[in-house]
Amino acid sequence: MAEQISTTNAWPGNPADLIPAGRKRLGWGLLAIATLALLAIIVVQILYKTEMSTVGFDTWRPVIYAYVLWGVALGAWQVLTRGEDGQRALFLLPALLFTIAMVIFPTLFGFYIALTDWNLSSFAGRRFNGLDNFWQMLADPYYRNALFNMVLYVLAVLVEYVIAFGLALLLNAQIRARKFFRVVFLLPLMLSPVAVSWMVGKSLMEYRFGPAATLARHLGWDNPAFFSDPITARISIMMLDAWTFIPFMMIMLLAGLQAMSREVLEAARVDGATAWQTFWQVTFPLMLPVSVTAVILRIIFKLKLADIIITLTSGGPGGATDSVSSFIYREYRDRSNVGYGTMLAMAYLVIIVVFVTWLLKFASRFVRNVN
Amino acid sequence: MSVQTTDYTVSEIRSPAAFVASRVFIYGALVFWAFVCLFPIYWTITTSFKSAVDVTQGHLIPFVDFQPDWKGWRSLGLSPDSIFETSTVRDEFFKRFMNSVITSVGASGLAIIIGSLAAYGLVRYRYKFAWFKNEDISFFFLSQLILPPVVLALPFLVLYREVALLDTRVGLVLLYTLMVLPIVIWIMRDQFNSIPVELEEAALVDGLSIWGAFFRIVMPIALPGMVAAFILAMVLCWNEYFFAALLTSTDAKTIPVMVASQTGSQGINWWSMAALATAAIAPLAILGIALERYLIMGMTAGSVK
Repeated sequence: MAEQISTTNAWPGNPADLIPAGRKRLGWGLLAIATLALLAIIVVQILYKTEMSTVGFDTWRPVIYAYVLWGVALGAWQVLTRGEDGQRALFLLPALLFTIAMVIFPTLFGFYIALTDWNLSSFAGRRFNGLDNFWQMLADPYYRNALFNMVLYVLAVLVEYVIAFGLALLLNAQIRARKFFRVVFLLPLMLSPVAVSWMVGKSLMEYRFGPAATLARHLGWDNPAFFSDPITARISIMMLDAWTFIPFMMIMLLAGLQAMSREVLEAARVDGATAWQTFWQVTFPLMLPVSVTAVILRIIFKLKLADIIITLTSGGPGGATDSVSSFIYREYRDRSNVGYGTMLAMAYLVIIVVFVTWLLKFASRFVRNVN
Repeated sequence: MSVQTTDYTVSEIRSPAAFVASRVFIYGALVFWAFVCLFPIYWTITTSFKSAVDVTQGHLIPFVDFQPDWKGWRSLGLSPDSIFETSTVRDEFFKRFMNSVITSVGASGLAIIIGSLAAYGLVRYRYKFAWFKNEDISFFFLSQLILPPVVLALPFLVLYREVALLDTRVGLVLLYTLMVLPIVIWIMRDQFNSIPVELEEAALVDGLSIWGAFFRIVMPIALPGMVAAFILAMVLCWNEYFFAALLTSTDAKTIPVMVASQTGSQGINWWSMAALATAAIAPLAILGIALERYLIMGMTAGSVK
């Protein structure tokens, strides 16, 4: 995401592409009708839902159909009025209209919900309460704790990176059965985190009979309870999450290693560098851009961490393993507290956007300085 | 080992002892990590053939430690002796399974279609919507990747209720499409960038329209990239749990939600749990292994220039 691929304009607009005035009028007419129809259906629906009129639909779904039709009309308008340029715009329009409808509107709506006192299980309905949720959030020790956990979880990415780099180096060495090992190492990524947290977290690491616990006892840990005290529970969650996601970084790093020119390594060896020196002086600096991309992508995925925690510990013991997502999930599931939950989510969104923007800036400066 | 050494340049080998030591270390590490990756899967599959005693005593090796039995699969209605009998659990399982198939294939397909089109447009043409140029539009799409599901979850819960999409497969398909769209655009942009412009210019000279050139010339070349994007999207959608848990209740529940809700009143039946987990994991693991080349291609798109 950091780098933008600069594109060249393959075909500049064709001024000779003459469009008859009638066709333009048709296009504009179509768009006007579609826009009016969309607005009309929204107005009718609002009036119906606020009980100011008796004509309307039970649900808002017709508005979606109207939006889709409006999108089609918009595309037709582009083609009819702008000819070939319009056909080009048609490539982008579906994805753009889809994303705007699915992200912008719900997010704006979310900011509104965040300012209301709204509990789905109570009959009181929605009540605007300004910044009350925000002040409540600032005083919420569990939310602060979840944010703190996210910091720890994100820091764990560095350990994952070291392991992934090691595995990538192993796979890049002159070995037999490379394809077999690559498939095997990739396997955890394809498994459903929910199934993994059941079969690994709850069964394999089970205190009494789990093989992992048995092994830990053999290694001299008398009381191998993986999820009962806060620190071990956090480490266990980190390990499980690492297990599923290490292949992701490993594959990116492996691709980077394979793209590296052999001559450079050869030259280092000829100059008499040891393997250790070669790695730190040649391989690692050359791999830095790929590493940064892999780590940033991984951090972005890490910030969404939820399903393992929800299924495995439900945030326990005492909120020690809660991620922000799993905390908000329970806020809704246990208390149906939509207003407050949304405020927490929106605050998280702001934090993430600031953090990731800083991370991208910092990373690009870091890569530039080292190289 | 003597045969192998012919593969290496002399400078890589310092002394025979060091060479053997490094081989032992490399293969030792490889085997260790392969064990780490495979053992949980082995444990899951074998547990589905265990009875309660075998689970609680931690027996590991079939036929030596314990006598395998179809117990777990029977409880799902999928063992050889129960497969032809009616089974409500099996019906339930297949219903969830089909939900998972339809939502993940539907979402991945939809994302490939609109994502490829957008990526192609962004790579080949210059756009200007108001003050947004190509770079801004690309950034807009890719920035969706950092949007955590939890931000959209509660607004969508409310909105879906209003438009009657709660607990429907269509609702999930739309959300999953949104979730994988940035990844698809990321991969496809890389793909289209690697196709020389001259091909399309030739097609246009030969009288094809812009869209004709896209479908007849560009798409066939970009097909491997589309497969890569599709399989990666499939993996993400199939394993998605957060939205599915929040937005479905009875009709549209997917496999991960079914797996997560398996706590009975008398504790957990590990054998049936393991059978269910195996069945949930297997289709995608097989697909992933078969199309591993594409999966890797998708993950490395754009990261290595």
